[in-house]
Amino acid sequence: MKEYTVEVVIESKPYAKDPEGMTIMRDLMHKTGYERVNSVRTGKFLRIKVSAENGEEAKNYVVKMINDLRIYNPVAHTYSIVLKESTG
Amino acid sequence: MKIAIIQFPGSNCEYDALHVLKNVFRQDTHLVWHKDFNSGDFDAVILPGGFSYGDHLRAGVIAAYSPAMRHVREMAAEGKPVLGICNGFQILIESKLLDGALLQNNCLTFVCKWVNLRVETTRTPFTKFINESSILRIPIAHKEGRYVNTRRRIKELYDNDQIVFKYVDENGFESSDSNPNGSMDNIAGICNLDGNVVGLMPHPERASETILSPYKTEHGRLIFESLIKYFNGGR
Repeated sequence: MKEYTVEVVIESKPYAKDPEGMTIMRDLMHKTGYERVNSVRTGKFLRIKVSAENGEEAKNYVVKMINDLRIYNPVAHTYSIVLKESTG
Repeated sequence: MKIAIIQFPGSNCEYDALHVLKNVFRQDTHLVWHKDFNSGDFDAVILPGGFSYGDHLRAGVIAAYSPAMRHVREMAAEGKPVLGICNGFQILIESKLLDGALLQNNCLTFVCKWVNLRVETTRTPFTKFINESSILRIPIAHKEGRYVNTRRRIKELYDNDQIVFKYVDENGFESSDSNPNGSMDNIAGICNLDGNVVGLMPHPERASETILSPYKTEHGRLIFESLIKYFNGGR
């Protein structure tokens, strides 16, 4: 088996306000002249290294795990997942 | 009535709850380490406040996978009263025993202050003997207490009478000023469909003796007294 890197980003669904992202945009970016920023959403990032036969299997393994273990709360969060080049 | 208070690594309000139930109300109450918890002969269970597992990943989510929660789920299914206070509420949410999400406060900071709660339903063991619409002064102390759910699910919570407490002003009115964390519809506590599982962000165990209240109130008592009356023939 080889080792793969799978990156997971968890962020709030659009209906759930993100006060941290709003504060970063309004009180830091806009106040210092970066007025062309239209939106900032914060989230959580997990870089997971996993052993698998191939990339597809590595990705499926992580998808199953983050759903089984409630790594995100489906009521309020969405996730996106990116498989990186094999590192093993 | 035999009550269990489950202690997780990082719980820090378990002794407050134990003190109130054991010394103030003289109830048969036991502090149980989460790995040793077995629903066995307990009639009710309390998940106390604190920072279980350091709030890592998300408040309450790691404790939700403790084997203790399997037993809590059994007790909930049997209709036994389950109360989650603050981090305990977060654990009930992450265990899917209660619906929704508790996100970071709108103000982004930890908020520790006394709030006014309005009792929205008396169909739970913890509110059965409190007058509906009573205003309770009880403190909050949390950073992740903003209750969030889809509009559709919040409507269902209303339709099914699952909203137990709301943040209000001292006259009992909902307002954004009386909402300490930005919770949708000022929701401070909810229950499951059957009403036996209740979670709330405020801390009734810190508001059960006048010496602990700047207002000389003891409104938190009402919640525990209600549970006791419920077991003493008031079901």
